[in-house]
Amino acid sequence: MITRRMAFYIATAIVAITINFFIPRLMPGNPALAVLGRVQANESPQAIAALEVQYGVQTKTGLWGQYVQYWSHLLHGNLGISLSAYPESVGSLIRAALPWTVGLVGIATVISFLLGTLLGVAAAWRRGTWLDGLLPTMAFFQAAPYFFVAILAVALFSTKLGWFPPNSGYDTTTLNPGLNWPFISSVLDHAALPAVTIVLASIAGWIIGMRNMMITTMDEDYVLLAQAKGLPSQRVISYAARNALLPSVAGFSLAIGFIVSGALLTEIVFSYPGVGYLLFSAIGSDDYPLLQGIFLIITLAVLLANLAADFVYAFLDPRTRQEA
Amino acid sequence: MRRLLRSPKIVIGLCLSGVFGLLAIIGPLLAPYNPNTSVSTTVSVPQPPSAAHLLGTTQVQQDVLSQLLVGGRSTILVALVAGAAATALAVLFGVAAGYFGSWGDDGLSMLANIFLVLPALPLLIVIFGFLGKGANPNDVVIGVIIAITGWAFGARQLRAQTLSMRSRDFVDSARIIGEKSWRIMTFEILPNLIPVVATSFLFTVIYGVGTYTALSFLGVISTSHWSWGTMLYWAQSAQAAQQVHLEWWWFVPPGLAVGLFGTGLALLNFGIDEFVNPRLRGGTGSVSGRRARRAGLPRRAQLGLTPVLSGSIKKAS
Repeated sequence: MITRRMAFYIATAIVAITINFFIPRLMPGNPALAVLGRVQANESPQAIAALEVQYGVQTKTGLWGQYVQYWSHLLHGNLGISLSAYPESVGSLIRAALPWTVGLVGIATVISFLLGTLLGVAAAWRRGTWLDGLLPTMAFFQAAPYFFVAILAVALFSTKLGWFPPNSGYDTTTLNPGLNWPFISSVLDHAALPAVTIVLASIAGWIIGMRNMMITTMDEDYVLLAQAKGLPSQRVISYAARNALLPSVAGFSLAIGFIVSGALLTEIVFSYPGVGYLLFSAIGSDDYPLLQGIFLIITLAVLLANLAADFVYAFLDPRTRQEA
Repeated sequence: MRRLLRSPKIVIGLCLSGVFGLLAIIGPLLAPYNPNTSVSTTVSVPQPPSAAHLLGTTQVQQDVLSQLLVGGRSTILVALVAGAAATALAVLFGVAAGYFGSWGDDGLSMLANIFLVLPALPLLIVIFGFLGKGANPNDVVIGVIIAITGWAFGARQLRAQTLSMRSRDFVDSARIIGEKSWRIMTFEILPNLIPVVATSFLFTVIYGVGTYTALSFLGVISTSHWSWGTMLYWAQSAQAAQQVHLEWWWFVPPGLAVGLFGTGLALLNFGIDEFVNPRLRGGTGSVSGRRARRAGLPRRAQLGLTPVLSGSIKKAS
């Protein structure tokens, strides 16, 4: 099962890379030329030459040759040259931003999943109590954009109450990055509010999914038997919850793309020095190589997260292991 | 139909989304000012709500209420177009894949799965980035482009439902009579899938609102094309939430509008889910908590047992 999924992820990665190659070449009105025209005025000749190679303008190589060349660049880890931060490479810019995003989004997602699942179990077990009233509220948080929740969080907790710093990843005025306590505590202090925002905005999906699955599972005969035997409710709940958990883990692959996208937007509100903020500045400065590089890296990260979820699934559900 | 309207979730959902639908149609006509016009050139600080400007003004003294009313049309139009186009794609691919099976199914399912795991927003940013920030983008085109990334979820669900229906007796008999495949799919199978189509439509409209708002918040779509996302873009670039005098009238209305419109659609979705699967309803079994208490039932339902009320027995007989 895992090998089949891996083959699928590799196919998806190839599709993403191919899409990334063709978008600038196949859109109406040759956008690559338009891009060159837009940036020509204020770029150095080297930057323009690099762009021409990347987008296949003024070259005698055919489309297939360009595609092969694009792949060989990628496999050497070459994502092109950034326009806005010339002569920095796209790769080095993303490398600097990636740890911030992976740390923030990773931790927030794990917290959101665990907490949401627990709350979902509780909501299913205590169906018909005030917990049902939470559903419409959660629908709002699910429908409201992440960055709006983020803006509200900044307004309330940092501007109004002053509990948290409103922007950036650490105290940039007095501290230098390093493995020392002042820096680490500053990082944690700055990450708290963005993380809470991501948890708040993403938790509703887990709660609702787990509640609905749990309600269906609680009607199974084995749960009834467990209760008839007089097992304490906690044991009964854990029997039902373990099986109800499977679709949640399987649904992880659907959710992770949304969560990552939402988290990128959250970073922008907090001016958090991660990939989302980099993306925002790339849009603002028409830095097309950087935009495309970020798309590829995010796609690969999402595929890796999916693979991890598959491993967890295989661990939880023996049936999938037997098949292989 | 009347049974549908008895669910409070459906009623509230219908009201909320109806209000926003109405707003999309008549909103721009109600706008008291031109959303682009600066009402004053001497003031450079956003003004709080007043009688002249019910939702205050922006930094360049544009009327926030007018922007909200004008931007609503674009936001809702894009979302509806995205939902309709994505649902059409989902029905086409999902039903065909489920009905025909074999390699066509494998291919379409593979395609749907790829689109499900590809992160949509970064892909859309690249597409819109290359399309350029044209002065006045077409809402329908934006909606269709968003739909390209939003059809896969519905297609997968429709495929599963079609699969379970393919070998039912009524489909078999239609096939034996000699009905054509497209006829069986559209007139025999599709009518049974309407709840799934409806939830998938609502789901993609929510997706469309969120995605369009995010794209215009990022500034990938022309920042002079008014939508709720564009309003948030300008509020964020003026750091309205970070100012000492919190300029809440600038960023709360558009965000709240997006959230409430989405909530309305999500409630409709919950309502349909509960209609199809009564066990999901709150309260003990199929009875609301209050009715159960009045009938003297235990507070918490026993597992696996759906309580029967005297009222419901009488109705059934």
